Amino acid sequence: MKTSLSWLREYVELPAGVTASELDTALTELGMEVEGIVDQAATVTGDLVVGRVLTIEELTGFKKPIRFCTVDVGNEKPQEIVCGARNFAEGDLVVVILPGGELPGGFKIGARKTYGRNSHGMICSAAELGLSGDHDGIIVLTPSDATVPGVDARPVVGLDEVLIEVEITPDRGYEMSVRGIARELAGYFGVPFTDPGLGAAASGGESPYDVEIQDIVGCDRFAARVVRGIDPSATSPAWMQRRLIAAGIRAISLPVDITNYLMLELGQPMHVFDVDRLNGGLVVRRARAGEKLTTLDGVARVLDAEDMVICDETGPISLAAVMGGQTSEWQEGTVDVLLEAAHWDAVMVGRTARRHKLFSEAAKRWERGVDPQLALVALERAVEILTTHAGGTVDPGVLDIDNVVPPTPITLPAALPTEITGVVYPVTRVIELLNQVGAEVTGEETLTVVPPSWRPDLLAPIDLVEEVARLGGYNDIPSKLPRARSSSGLTPAQKRRRSVGRALAENGYVEVLSYPFAAAGSADALGLPADDARRNAVRLSNPLSEEEPQLRTSLLATLLGTLKRNLGRGHRDVALYEVGTVFQPGPAAAAPPLLGVDRRPTDEEWAAANAVVPAQPWHLAAVLAGDAEPAGWWGAGRPATWADAIEAARITLAAAGVPANTVGVRAAENAPWHPGRCAAITVDGTVVGHAGELHPAVLAAFDLPKRTSAVELDLDALPDAPVVYAPTISTFPPALLDVALILDTTVPAGEVQAALAEGAGPLLESVALFDVYESAQVGEGKRSLAYKLTFRAPDRTLTSEETIAARDAAVAVTASRFGATLRGA
Amino acid sequence: MSYRNDPYDPKQAALLDPSSLEGAVAEAEKAFAAAADLDALAALKPAHLGDRSPVSLARREIGSLPPAAKSDAGKRVNIARQAVQGAYDARLAELTADRAARVLVEERVDVTLPWTRRPRGARHPLTTLMEHMGDIFVGMGYDIIDGPQLELEWANFDALNIGPDNPVRGASDTFFVDLPGLVMRTHTSPGQVRTMLDRQPPIYVVSPGRVYRTDELDATHSPVFHQIEGLVIDEGITMAHLRGTLDHLARSLFGPDARTRWRPHYFPFTEPSAEFDVWFAEHRDGPRWVEWGGCGMVNPRVLTACGIDPDRYSGFAFGMGVERTLMFRNGVSDMHDMVEGDVRFTTNFGMES
Repeated sequence: MKTSLSWLREYVELPAGVTASELDTALTELGMEVEGIVDQAATVTGDLVVGRVLTIEELTGFKKPIRFCTVDVGNEKPQEIVCGARNFAEGDLVVVILPGGELPGGFKIGARKTYGRNSHGMICSAAELGLSGDHDGIIVLTPSDATVPGVDARPVVGLDEVLIEVEITPDRGYEMSVRGIARELAGYFGVPFTDPGLGAAASGGESPYDVEIQDIVGCDRFAARVVRGIDPSATSPAWMQRRLIAAGIRAISLPVDITNYLMLELGQPMHVFDVDRLNGGLVVRRARAGEKLTTLDGVARVLDAEDMVICDETGPISLAAVMGGQTSEWQEGTVDVLLEAAHWDAVMVGRTARRHKLFSEAAKRWERGVDPQLALVALERAVEILTTHAGGTVDPGVLDIDNVVPPTPITLPAALPTEITGVVYPVTRVIELLNQVGAEVTGEETLTVVPPSWRPDLLAPIDLVEEVARLGGYNDIPSKLPRARSSSGLTPAQKRRRSVGRALAENGYVEVLSYPFAAAGSADALGLPADDARRNAVRLSNPLSEEEPQLRTSLLATLLGTLKRNLGRGHRDVALYEVGTVFQPGPAAAAPPLLGVDRRPTDEEWAAANAVVPAQPWHLAAVLAGDAEPAGWWGAGRPATWADAIEAARITLAAAGVPANTVGVRAAENAPWHPGRCAAITVDGTVVGHAGELHPAVLAAFDLPKRTSAVELDLDALPDAPVVYAPTISTFPPALLDVALILDTTVPAGEVQAALAEGAGPLLESVALFDVYESAQVGEGKRSLAYKLTFRAPDRTLTSEETIAARDAAVAVTASRFGATLRGA
Repeated sequence: MSYRNDPYDPKQAALLDPSSLEGAVAEAEKAFAAAADLDALAALKPAHLGDRSPVSLARREIGSLPPAAKSDAGKRVNIARQAVQGAYDARLAELTADRAARVLVEERVDVTLPWTRRPRGARHPLTTLMEHMGDIFVGMGYDIIDGPQLELEWANFDALNIGPDNPVRGASDTFFVDLPGLVMRTHTSPGQVRTMLDRQPPIYVVSPGRVYRTDELDATHSPVFHQIEGLVIDEGITMAHLRGTLDHLARSLFGPDARTRWRPHYFPFTEPSAEFDVWFAEHRDGPRWVEWGGCGMVNPRVLTACGIDPDRYSGFAFGMGVERTLMFRNGVSDMHDMVEGDVRFTTNFGMES
């Protein structure tokens, strides 16, 4: 909503010296978002005066035509000015800024030599003065008492205004008008307010036109007056045009400008029909589905059964409340007009505006709610302004079909504002503030409040509390903490996500938060088999990019893109991780049950609704490319491999509190990993994810470096961390023994180690693989695995016999299970 | 060779002569002082403190003295012996210290050599800021709740008094999916609905997380961003409690001078509603008020839809954008930096923002 201070001042007696910053604070504290307050007088500094062009000399020989002018600016000597515009003649009155002045945008005016002549100042265009933009050429003023050469030109061109632009919240339609804003400011500053919406207005008499309302839900009031024989050439007065332009509305014609002007001033949108172009009586009704209407913007629209239309005998002639039709609208030469001021259903208008994507100034007001009691006042004002400027005869009768339901009184416990705000509001203050809103209040402990006709948003006691709090001042509300309650702290899942993130970051991984939008082809790029559950993805109906319409079913689908972006920016050694959700639609897409808002859904309804929400488990994924440990003066770097990815899985599980002895790693084949370099990660035997080197075809599809490795785990599949029991710390010395086993290369080292531990029994403290060796000596298809076994008893120093017996037992298990032989034995 | 039974022979007792002893001591002191290192000192030791050293030989001569002279001579020898031993010990200590000092000098390294063998990772500042904010509320007795990002339309809109005609429910604001009745949540507020359906008051929760709106990515917008939202439902809750809570959060995040300023606003799910600014003294561009978030008293219609008696309980809710908070708190000027995942951005923040 754009308006000007002088317009507001017509209805509210604001303090004379009120500053832009005071206005800003007032409007803000009233709940309007101030987009801008511009004092136009201050935007042009120095002497801006009216001038009369005395002589024009056309200069030639330049790239464009240039004029050298002498201009009377009220001094003895005429001012010499070079000017590039051509839309003026000798004797014209123009606007001149003299040297020393400054135009908007910091454009300083000086005396200078240009095009071979001296130029002392500048003849201004509207654009240069920061008035509305699209005027060609300089301003040529209409002669009047105010346009004497040398006088200040600011009032003449309307540069003495303070322009105010505010954004109005969707619940406050009444503020979409000078009337509404003036009322609010009057209350804020405690100054008198004259309500232009309560003026006297003619009513009754024989209807000037035949109108039938068929749907009083869509249209609960329809008023009209007819003026005949107006001067079609009459134009809007300059003051009206200026205010319209300041409000961002184009001046079109006197009748149309009047309706726009009154919409801005009162908040009542109106419509002007050309009586001579109407065919018979008007009918106001719902449109029939599929009916057609060409609106003023030239668009042929197919109507919906919910739209309201105004029809004559030819059918729909206006899309009610939103936009008129081409056949009935005022046009140049119209002499008999029908002025309509109706009241339309807010919900209907909102839907119609969205359906037809017609967000007109009128629709914006209807949708927020318009005062249904404005119709006759608006018509009275319209008729008065129209006849003043264009003559004509007003039909004596006033049409007014009024089915407006009066506002329902609200019962408000007088203590409620205090109970909700925490500020003590005595009942007298509550009544005072509600009166300021325009409500009628009766009662003492329990108040009966009748909201004013312009506040359709006031329906419940809490709506009135908000008005008391708002007008009483939000910033007077004290600051007080509620009593502490007991929190059980983070949930295990929340703790786990934090621990996992911290552990990976401490191990060199950098966290990223990728968008979860995946390309439709990402399943192919990841090489997922046709029956892979991850191919079943939710699809956005309105994706921002048609390239990425799916919700990811794997973090890698989006994390690999982030890796590529980093590599593209010149980072060579990159380790990334992401903790985020994936989206797993169920087998069938059923609609949830319809749930109301008048009561809580039953547990069954709520469970049924949640049953259709796809599972969205938290996953962890990490990727590595380049070196895991960089090269440096200390020597070569160590490239990241499949082993780093598997170690990342172990780090993750350890950080998540999963006991190491429940974690398993075994060879697996699973996309998008390299089939020979992929591990299934298990906890208590259940697969919770995979890690290893990515498949070469996947790396090619994502254009990633060879050997890039990755891990993805389902964090929600991990069991809760169990209670950890303390170990027995023996103070007796350890006994260390090494064993080197020769095995087939196909025997997994992880299983050999497990077998050793199993066979060694309780005396084994730890087992560590320290060498893997293959050679001709060891044998074709064989390798040697060398382990360091540490034995220790809790209660004694072990004898060498005991230690060797335990070792032999360990080796025996590997021998029986895998055919292991002791190397050198 | 034995002297024990030798008859007294003054010549044989020459080493006991005081001047001889003094000479032996002086000789030893001189020799020890001249020893350049521990090895040289060790080589000198037998000559001055060994069995054949002058003081050792002098001690043997005591037996040849008449009984009356033995005591006096014994004292003299002991003094001399102690003097030699003292000189040796002193020099030994000196040379040992010298050697230790020399070793330290020889072991000197260039401590400015880099040792970046273990690359450091980092956590995303949005994550750590959300955790930080969450922890402040846990400290105030709140629980942190999570909710689905692909959410029931009813929980995201209807239950929050955002009726079917509200324009935010259109495809120009909200992401819809190919499943009926579901949307990408447009705010963390459906978490409020889920909490109220799952728990009985008193309710003190915050809900941080990802939300979605159909805004193209630019310097200040992102289709995917994060909010943190608070909800309190209890008996006797007022706007003063809301203000106290926001002021506390502001001070915890922005320093002791921080406070909030409210502007009346409209949200369907709260009434009265406000937007709030925070005074941030350490803003990169100087102290100032910064627009921060929205808040209000939970609309009784929302309480009713979630099965909470609005005549008995009242409550407040508030929410703010985490990206926005990070932007003005840490001087991030472009949304792209937070969403693109460039390691340089995140590494800058380390483990905590």
